[in-house]
Amino acid sequence: MKSGTVKLHGSWGSFYSHRVQLALHLKGVKYEYIEEDLENKSPSLLSYNPVHKKVPVLVHGDCPIAESLVILQYVDEVWKANPIMPVDDPYERAMVSFWCHFVDDKLRKSFRSAIRSSGEGQAEAIEEFHQNLMFLEKKLAVNGTKFFGGEKIDMLDIVMGCGSHWFKAFEEVSGVKLIDPNSFPHFITWNQSFLEFEQVKEVIPPAAKMIDYAKSIYKNILGHVHFSSEVIALILQVFKWNPKSRCLLSAFQELDSKSSSKVKAQCP
Amino acid sequence: MAGEKGVVLLDFWVSPFGQRVRIALQEKCVEYEYKEQDLANKSELLLKYNPVHKKIPVLVHDGKPVCESLVIVQYIDEFWSHKSPLLPSDPYCRANARFWADFIDKKIYDCGTRLWKLKGEGKEEAKKEMIEALKLLEGELGEKKYFGGESFGFVDVALVPFVSWFYAYETCGNFSVEKECPKIVAWGKRCMERESVSKTLEDPKKVYEFVLVLKKRFGVE
Repeated sequence: MKSGTVKLHGSWGSFYSHRVQLALHLKGVKYEYIEEDLENKSPSLLSYNPVHKKVPVLVHGDCPIAESLVILQYVDEVWKANPIMPVDDPYERAMVSFWCHFVDDKLRKSFRSAIRSSGEGQAEAIEEFHQNLMFLEKKLAVNGTKFFGGEKIDMLDIVMGCGSHWFKAFEEVSGVKLIDPNSFPHFITWNQSFLEFEQVKEVIPPAAKMIDYAKSIYKNILGHVHFSSEVIALILQVFKWNPKSRCLLSAFQELDSKSSSKVKAQCP
Repeated sequence: MAGEKGVVLLDFWVSPFGQRVRIALQEKCVEYEYKEQDLANKSELLLKYNPVHKKIPVLVHDGKPVCESLVIVQYIDEFWSHKSPLLPSDPYCRANARFWADFIDKKIYDCGTRLWKLKGEGKEEAKKEMIEALKLLEGELGEKKYFGGESFGFVDVALVPFVSWFYAYETCGNFSVEKECPKIVAWGKRCMERESVSKTLEDPKKVYEFVLVLKKRFGVE
């Protein structure tokens, strides 16, 4: 069993980081938090997570663990106080694990499609998002409890709750109602309870701040222009191919690739 | 099926995800009933037990379904914990195993699918990513007998079904896994010495024939 200091490389705006911070806080684990600049990642982060080069990374002793769901299970297995997964019940543990992966692989994927598309494509993505969210809505309705974990939050609450501010951000920027309280009453109530949960308030920045941050990233996505080869050809024609336009063209291409990576680093 | 005792597996013969579950069940000597599914015409049973993804594999244990292959393999490991543990007991080693199994899920099947589905630049990109992924896995394997060390473990179960797909990937992508990652190929051969693996994996030529059928269906020449 590993021992020693606990460090967390994270980013204040990353809800994947929030997941781990919340779990550590729930279990009363003392740790050192290291804020990473996602556009200028530290050598430590890159050496601790050479495969994905992302936050969060938990370092226990000098042993790194990456990928938020993997970290959450590790934290739960090492620090037994306030379990976030059912103890001693393989089936119930499998169910929590299944739903956590569903949130990341299916639900969030359909949301990402919605924010990156428009018109008919966006409407289809939203429809798919609604179908996915309905599974969680029904789960809450059937459970009849405050959280997925009962009276206390569990791993599914953590995984679904951290990052839920993105839905509000999308609604405020796009003007599209994503989560209708009439269709998803239990989800709306659950989300409110999650945000008001004492340890959540102590760890995660206020919802208004997170929504504003998400909105700025979303506006960046919307305002981002990809200079396709056709546009570049048009620019060349307009400037009649002289040395000045060549510099301008290079500048556009560099701007395009830089803004791509910046946007990608902060997106859900 | 609710209330029925026993283990049933809803699966598809060539699915590497289904094969993970079959290998795990055999390693644990669990008796089960195999039910082949027609994926072009999904059964009511499959849709009932996996309404979320509508996919195989689905393990139904005493009437209760478990979906998603790595979730199922962990469940099998935890429920039948008395024999052949697949995940190590140390939490850090468990986390490491889960990390690499997750990496395999994110990379191998996706790159492999793009290898046979795409042409030109898309195919070349997929090939490059596949080789990079396999090299990273080779680095993780190192000189060990298995990813699990001396024992066949969780990461071995996660990756080994794709060994029977290497021939299809190589033929579609025009490269050699043995040339790029000889240790992975040697590891694959060691795994094939285990009955659970050799009795589960399909012949690579048969897998390739299946890929050709898929290519035709998707209109990829």
